[in-house]
Amino acid sequence: MTGRAIFWAVVIIILATLPPIASALGQPFYIDLVRRMMILAIAATSLDLILGYGGMVSFGHAAYLALGAYSVGILAFYGVTSGWAQWPAAIGASALAALAIGAVSIRTSGIYFIMITLAFAQMLYYLGISLEVFGGDDGMRLKSRSLFSGLIDLGNAVSFYYLCLALMLAAIYVTYRIVNSRFGMVIRAAKSNEARSRAIGFSPYRYRLTAFVIAGGMCGLAGALNANHTNYITPGLASWVQSGDLMFMVILGGMASTAGPMLGAFALLIAEEILKGWTEHWQVILGPLLVLSVIFFKRGLAGIFRA
Amino acid sequence: MLEVRGLTKSYGALRASDGIDFDVREGETHAVIGPNGAGKTTFIGQLAGELTPDAGSIVFAGEDVTALSAPRRARKGLARSFQITSIYPEFTALENVALAVQAQAGHSFRFWRAARRDPALREPARRLLDEVGIGGRADVLAANMSHGEHRQLEVAMALALRPRLLLLDEPMAGMGAEESQRMIGFLGTLKGRYSIVLVEHDMDAVFRLADRISVLVYGRVIATGAPAAVRANPEVRAAYLGEDA
Repeated sequence: MTGRAIFWAVVIIILATLPPIASALGQPFYIDLVRRMMILAIAATSLDLILGYGGMVSFGHAAYLALGAYSVGILAFYGVTSGWAQWPAAIGASALAALAIGAVSIRTSGIYFIMITLAFAQMLYYLGISLEVFGGDDGMRLKSRSLFSGLIDLGNAVSFYYLCLALMLAAIYVTYRIVNSRFGMVIRAAKSNEARSRAIGFSPYRYRLTAFVIAGGMCGLAGALNANHTNYITPGLASWVQSGDLMFMVILGGMASTAGPMLGAFALLIAEEILKGWTEHWQVILGPLLVLSVIFFKRGLAGIFRA
Repeated sequence: MLEVRGLTKSYGALRASDGIDFDVREGETHAVIGPNGAGKTTFIGQLAGELTPDAGSIVFAGEDVTALSAPRRARKGLARSFQITSIYPEFTALENVALAVQAQAGHSFRFWRAARRDPALREPARRLLDEVGIGGRADVLAANMSHGEHRQLEVAMALALRPRLLLLDEPMAGMGAEESQRMIGFLGTLKGRYSIVLVEHDMDAVFRLADRISVLVYGRVIATGAPAAVRANPEVRAAYLGEDA
């Protein structure tokens, strides 16, 4: 219990002190990098809710990342620049899409579930490509970052960094509360033994669908953050490569663990960054590294820290 | 309490249930026996709602439940234990039972409070573990418990639903002699407090616990009655007791 407290204290201190240190060292690039890690950590955390705890292997989770980003981009395109409108729209649109996708896919299981979620995400990917108004294949530039009535300026790299930090911690905490609540116990139980759950009176479908919608909405928020982070929105956000990356973060970090998705997101992006510095064929090295890490850390990075 | 009429279920040419009539009175323990392949598991599956009959009706506590799903029947008070242990291996014994308590405590769309620390779930679960005799093992992961303890856990989970009818599918399956005796003793304490359908191979248990016995052979009930009458029935002796016991 105290070990866990120490772990989180260290995480928060490192992340909170990074901007001043990076600025002092004249390396503002790191603020950008870690901000991106934290945004993807939110997406991975949302995926862990359904993948790790709910046993729903969604191979199309990036769809909500793209929907969240496009919600911000499209509203900005039509002149709605207020974040108070854009971000709830991003969360709402993603949650709604998750409701529709989940309603169909959760009726299936195993390989069919994986393929259906993948198919929906690819559909959205091609929809993005076909929408010429919004840049089609090339994507669209976000004209201005979301505005929050002067409360916080996302143009300021450091303020935006701390907002991402706060939202990431909030997402992790909310997920932690959910998976340990009565609701969370139902989805975990249904993953553990569905026949038993039905025999004691749980109809898993409604609970799974609800978890799917929560995860979609949370990932939509990550999408809204990501649009503001890159200032650029492309259909590639919804691609299966991105979905695969999110899955990998969860598995690498440790499925069904509180800190796992965050650790996985950080580790994957750090490894990517280091290898990119060495060679342009970094993926050739990253692939085997990931395979080895899965073999040796069966419970993920979170298993090492017991977090 | 339970009235089954004309229950029929076929798998291809095999009639696993062939027009079964069966009933359980309030507070009665009604045992179902029969040789392997007689259709006992198919019968229980239809009572619990896992399997849909091709024809016939199941009336439970005055309500036709034939078309209801297994979770809906469970919420109405029809609780089952499984022949092949079916528990949540990665949860503790207490959590297993607490989940069953939670299942009958209304909907679970509660997202914030920690369920594991909720006394409204823990305390009834702890009492039930004590009652079935594994109270001392409450915090052991179910995966690490012995087979006999799993059987007891199954019964505790069924009781957690505050059932009006218990479907016990071979509660003694795979138990050693001593464990079986203890389980029979425990089931004896449930007798009269619950209406029970007991499917069991252990003849000793059946004749000690049952008020009535139905004998199932090739999907048909060939005899129903008090244990002594069933034991004396020549058809039963020929079809079942003669060859098996």
